[in-house]
Amino acid sequence: MAKKNDLLPGTLDMLILKTLNRAPLHGYGIALSIKRLSEDVLTVEEGSLYPALQRLLVQGWVKAEWKQTETNRRARYYTLTALGRKQLGLELTEFERMITAIGRVLQDA
Amino acid sequence: MSGMIGFFRRLGMLVRRGRFRSELEEEMAFHRAEAEKELIAEGMTPKAARIAARRQFGNPLRLKESSSEVIGFRFEAILQDLRFALRQLRKSPGFAATAALVLALGIGASVAIFGFVDAALIKPLPYSDPTRLVGVYEYTPVCPQCNLSYEDYLDWKKQNHVFQSLEAWGMNGYLLPTPAGAEPVPGVRVSDGFFRTLGVTPLLGRDFYAGESSPGAPRTVLLSYATWQQRFGGQPNVVGQSVTLSSLPYTIIGVLPREFHFAPRGRAEFWTTLHDPNGCEKKRGCHNLFGVARLKDGVSVATALAAAKAIAQQLELQYPDSNRGQGASVLPLSEAIVGNIRPILQVLLGGATLLLLIACVNVSSLVLVRAENRKREIALRSALGASRPRLMGQFATEGVVLVAAGTAIGLVAAATGMQALTHLLSKAALESMPYLQGLKLNLHCIAFAGILALLAAILFSIAPILRLPLTALGEGMAEGGRGSAGRTWRNLGANLVIAELATAVVLLASAGLLAKSFYRLLHVDVNFNPDHLAMVTVEAPDETYGKPALSLSLDREVVARLSQLPGVVSVGLSTDPPLTCNCDTTWFRVLGKPWNGEHYDAPQRDVTPGYFKTLQAGLVRGRSYTETDDLAKPPYVMINQTLARQFFRGEDPIGRKIGDLSLSPESLRQIVGVVDDIREGALDSDIRPAIYYPMYQGPDDGFTVVVRTAQAPESILPALTAAIHQIDRGIGTSNETTMAAQVDSSPTAAIHRSAAYLVGGFAVLALLLGVVGLYGVIAYSVSQRTREIGVRMALGAQRGSVYGLILREAGWLTGIGIALGLVCSLGAATLMRKLLFGTAAWDVGTLAGVAGVLAVAAMLASFIPARRAAGVDPAEALRAE
Repeated sequence: MAKKNDLLPGTLDMLILKTLNRAPLHGYGIALSIKRLSEDVLTVEEGSLYPALQRLLVQGWVKAEWKQTETNRRARYYTLTALGRKQLGLELTEFERMITAIGRVLQDA
Repeated sequence: MSGMIGFFRRLGMLVRRGRFRSELEEEMAFHRAEAEKELIAEGMTPKAARIAARRQFGNPLRLKESSSEVIGFRFEAILQDLRFALRQLRKSPGFAATAALVLALGIGASVAIFGFVDAALIKPLPYSDPTRLVGVYEYTPVCPQCNLSYEDYLDWKKQNHVFQSLEAWGMNGYLLPTPAGAEPVPGVRVSDGFFRTLGVTPLLGRDFYAGESSPGAPRTVLLSYATWQQRFGGQPNVVGQSVTLSSLPYTIIGVLPREFHFAPRGRAEFWTTLHDPNGCEKKRGCHNLFGVARLKDGVSVATALAAAKAIAQQLELQYPDSNRGQGASVLPLSEAIVGNIRPILQVLLGGATLLLLIACVNVSSLVLVRAENRKREIALRSALGASRPRLMGQFATEGVVLVAAGTAIGLVAAATGMQALTHLLSKAALESMPYLQGLKLNLHCIAFAGILALLAAILFSIAPILRLPLTALGEGMAEGGRGSAGRTWRNLGANLVIAELATAVVLLASAGLLAKSFYRLLHVDVNFNPDHLAMVTVEAPDETYGKPALSLSLDREVVARLSQLPGVVSVGLSTDPPLTCNCDTTWFRVLGKPWNGEHYDAPQRDVTPGYFKTLQAGLVRGRSYTETDDLAKPPYVMINQTLARQFFRGEDPIGRKIGDLSLSPESLRQIVGVVDDIREGALDSDIRPAIYYPMYQGPDDGFTVVVRTAQAPESILPALTAAIHQIDRGIGTSNETTMAAQVDSSPTAAIHRSAAYLVGGFAVLALLLGVVGLYGVIAYSVSQRTREIGVRMALGAQRGSVYGLILREAGWLTGIGIALGLVCSLGAATLMRKLLFGTAAWDVGTLAGVAGVLAVAAMLASFIPARRAAGVDPAEALRAE
């Protein structure tokens, strides 16, 4: 099995929140969405995805409910909460700051 | 804020744990199904797609685990580990029981001994700020902590600038009238500030006021708590009541607190003031008091000692007759009180620690072997998704469970052990150590056990974790992975077993030396025949018998009456029986010998004519006293052989005269006989010059009766007391005992006995654990080497050489262990030389015996696995692996 591209540490929560900000999704959907949007660069490992989702649930940033999919299967859909939206804002700002900082360092070098 | 929300959410999930699991399960199944569908859509066969999806999904168990961790509490994992650990231990009950019991043994022994150490050395004396209290004594080379004389005490009190207060106390006894006749009870006379200096306030009533010690003041008494309870029914209205002590009325002014004790006079019932100076206290040269002082703030013991020495020096110049050669001694009161049992407690604590060490090493070996044998299981677990921290947690939990069980059993054992040990001490020994009374498992002990448990838990958790094959999963799973790891373990185990054997040698050697000391002590030459001697102490009231003529008739009457009792062979009276103390001394000088002001000091006893015959002490020269050596004759004296040897080297002492330091004519006495060196002091103290006056020339109304009996001496004791009470019910009798029992219960014997017994017990356990440890290592080694042995035998090795192979391995370990242990033993024995009596630290016999015992035991233990090795069937061994 080929080694997949690892996510930048600490970015998984933000990616999930951002993905859910567009529309409620189930776990598989989130993984798929991130993969597609990143054009296969970012692969969310299931081993990290589900613990992360539980973490977000506990924090109250997302909520979950069981719904029917288009193919009529039961799936657990995650929706961003108001708290989660605020958190996403915070994380994006922080991320921008980091990226800018890293960018500056790389430019100078 | 969000932390709080998180907490409550987790709490909610805890309640709906089942639902959480099934939801996660379903979610994951859905995920896999979707992934599978997509793979099929990409053109895979359904079967390949399923496998790929699974592989992509990763380890579902670990995923579930980490999801649970996110929503779960830490304690849930711990509980789970705990359940698992219990299940594991239940699966190998032999291992669990052995480990827990061995640990309990070590912890139990250590905690029990610590209880004594705590009570005697750590827990402060029951006085306020006890570290500022000192004992104050006069000093001479033969008597380093000697009594103060009353007048010296008054001068010291006046002249010193180092003590906040200096008080004096003296031993005393009273005759207390009881329905059963007069009973002698121990008491203490104190100067009035005694309790204020100690910082003790009476539980009931008041303390002595300043000036209450002076002769004119009314006679008052403080009761000890036990006396108040036992003799006065614990009634609060006891204060103000009157009590008659030795025919004098005293007013009870208070009761001392329950926790108060004063070890130098452990059993004291009545505390009175010094009041009237007694005969001795009127003479500066007569020493009968002890000093207790509280240091001024900022004054150290050394400063106080220097100051006391300066005063003593000045008194030497001022009163050369009485004070020449009288120095000073000041030492912490705790040192004065518990100094004598510190060495034995230190040795016992050392012994218990070594035992605990062996126990820990033993259990570590067990835990390590177990970890070794579980390698494959651990590898399998990590393959199935157990994370490293989780595995470590499980080992740690197992260690903690073992230690907890061991500690619990150990605490029970310690509580029982402490009870048993206090019973091992005689009543007399316990009375002189009141701080040991009521000793039981207290918070200090439990805290100590907690510390030991914590250390053990850390050890037993870390040991297997260090050996966990976590890095190379594949190796653990592979069949061949065992050999190399087994060898590492063998080296480690071998080192551990050497440490165990060496420790066992140290304990065995110490026990051997202590046992030999105890034997030597009990068989020390006492220079009289201690069998078949019964004794009783007699105190007659001074009011009735104080006059010399009346005392004399009492003395003769007692001898006459007791001699007629059936079974009595002979009767003798003495002011102090043998084997008690080198106390009650007198200063003497030999007429016609040069004298430079030295204080020759010798125990002095008044004895009746039958005394030496009763003791069966040999007469060396001259004659013994006769019935006619009374006041009508010139004053006579008998001396012991040591005095004769020291002062009359090569001369005949018979007919020579000795007297007091100024050789005053009325003090001169003619030597009529030299008696053998009857051991007057404790078994382990030196024989000193001794002086015996004829009792009929200076009659006493207080003495000890010594009776030689034909039958068992215990049986005659009631008859002795009854016969004395027939003379007068007002005569007090006490200490009815036999010479054998007195020796047996003496503090010296008690200390040596408990040292020998306890360290002996530790040593036996250590030997057992050490040998079991050796057996374990050798047996493990044999089981690991089965194939090798099979190959050797297939190639023609004889059974004898296989035996040799295994026994050589064991022999090496034992040899190194013994050698190391013997070296350490020398060190240990030097450290405890204070407890050795007539036995050198390098006693070759003991050390050789110990080495022999251990060698034989070790060979026996390794013989069993060696036989198993020799019984290996080569064909089977080769096929097995």
